[in-house]
Amino acid sequence: MLKYSTVAAMSDIAAATRRMPLVGILGWQDVRQRYRRSALGPLWLTVSMGVMIATIGIVFGSLFHSPMTEFLPSLASGIILWGFISTVINEGCVSFIASDAIIRQLPIPLFVHVLRMTWRNVIILGHNLVILPIVFIAVGKAVHPIIFVSVVGFALLVVNLLWIALILGVACARFRDLPQMVGSVLQVVFYLTPIMWLPKSLPANVSAYLLDLNPAYHLLEIVRAPLLGHAPSAMNWAASGLLSAVGWAVALLFYGRFRPRIAYWL
Amino acid sequence: MALIEFENATVEFAIYNATGRSLKKQLLQVATGGQIGSDDRGRVVVRALENLTFTLRDGDRVGLLGHNGAGKSTLLRMLSGVYEPSAGSARIQGKVGSLIDISLGIDHEATGRENIYTRGALLGITRASMKQHIDEIIEFSELGGFIDMPLRTYSTGMHMRLVFAVSTILRPEILLMDEWLSVGDEGFKHRAEARLASMVEATKILVLASHSRELIMNTCNRVIWLEHGKIRMMGDTRTVTDAYFGVVSHALHAA
Repeated sequence: MLKYSTVAAMSDIAAATRRMPLVGILGWQDVRQRYRRSALGPLWLTVSMGVMIATIGIVFGSLFHSPMTEFLPSLASGIILWGFISTVINEGCVSFIASDAIIRQLPIPLFVHVLRMTWRNVIILGHNLVILPIVFIAVGKAVHPIIFVSVVGFALLVVNLLWIALILGVACARFRDLPQMVGSVLQVVFYLTPIMWLPKSLPANVSAYLLDLNPAYHLLEIVRAPLLGHAPSAMNWAASGLLSAVGWAVALLFYGRFRPRIAYWL
Repeated sequence: MALIEFENATVEFAIYNATGRSLKKQLLQVATGGQIGSDDRGRVVVRALENLTFTLRDGDRVGLLGHNGAGKSTLLRMLSGVYEPSAGSARIQGKVGSLIDISLGIDHEATGRENIYTRGALLGITRASMKQHIDEIIEFSELGGFIDMPLRTYSTGMHMRLVFAVSTILRPEILLMDEWLSVGDEGFKHRAEARLASMVEATKILVLASHSRELIMNTCNRVIWLEHGKIRMMGDTRTVTDAYFGVVSHALHAA
């Protein structure tokens, strides 16, 4: 029985990857709905993020006496990427709940709903990434060829986010107070991760805990470090890779066990 | 070859926020709905369908009869694959097409053309296939210039024409319908009828839920009568419809 349901879970995920055109259409529809008939159009996504980065950058940069050329690019990339990570996890919690009308009427592979949510956030991330070149130019930061490694890092980040969103989506469909708890946990993780502060500001003994044992730090670094001009450490890669392997194994078992129940919970 | 094989299939919903005790007292004598009960863990459950056993093969045109809440729509959803049985087994072989909620997924701010592609994607039609059919769909719907206007500018009738035109390009092996689709004004009705008829003819198994005796007599060769989630009677059209409609009129006269 156990093997059978895990196989069913895998074929659901495989079937979902074959419905990418549907994922694409629905994801774009979600984004377009947000800025249809608005004055700025897609630009408002970028502007609102940009204003936040500029404000936090100037205020906190002065507070911590961090050099702007180093702090601002780190902050900008951190906030943009964290915006992506936290939104995917938060929206992942409600990915099945939000699509309950479709799930109870059409037999579409359920993983499509997780992919749709992720794709919509990738599109929004694309809109926000435009801020980075502006920040780089503003502080006079050079770009290195290593920046292309961030694409690989991003792929690994998305692989991780997908299993997290899948497990949370299933759990939250059953327990409706879970999304709020997840939101609170993410808030805390935000402050424990070097986004608003630079890693080197930490005293040496503390950094081992806050950095090495913090999965969010590793997932963030594999994308951010190349953007800022240096390679992610071996530990960053190892941690992210291990996280995806273990995470997906657990997710497949979990999804296999509970997938047929999701339509009943909605 | 399409095949549907149900064996003691049951659909049971646990209701997570119902107060168990007060509902248990109201278990008896309900005219509508499935069966309310409690499971071995003491949770309130609604048994929408219970111990359904039947086999449908190529050529079967099955009518579903029953009171409101008997389980007809739930059975249709089981047949489409939305609900896997909570007990028993349900084997469905063949591509399923459902005409149950043809407006699902519509975005009112998007244009008619964009919504055609969205509906097509939801129905599982490939983009290449949609590109082939798009002109035919637009022509059939007779919406003209409105096809590139946002859907919120459409009247209900125009909306129905659009979703009907898209949904009827499917050629599934198993077709599910909740009441016959009747769309459009006098001019449109006849073409719509013909289009729907050709879709029904091309399908291998048809399952149609309805309250209309005439429709079932004209369309179906087998009928399943559901009552409170269980099969009360199953057989050829004449026998079951006589029994069902006979019972209903007796109940009305007795009241």
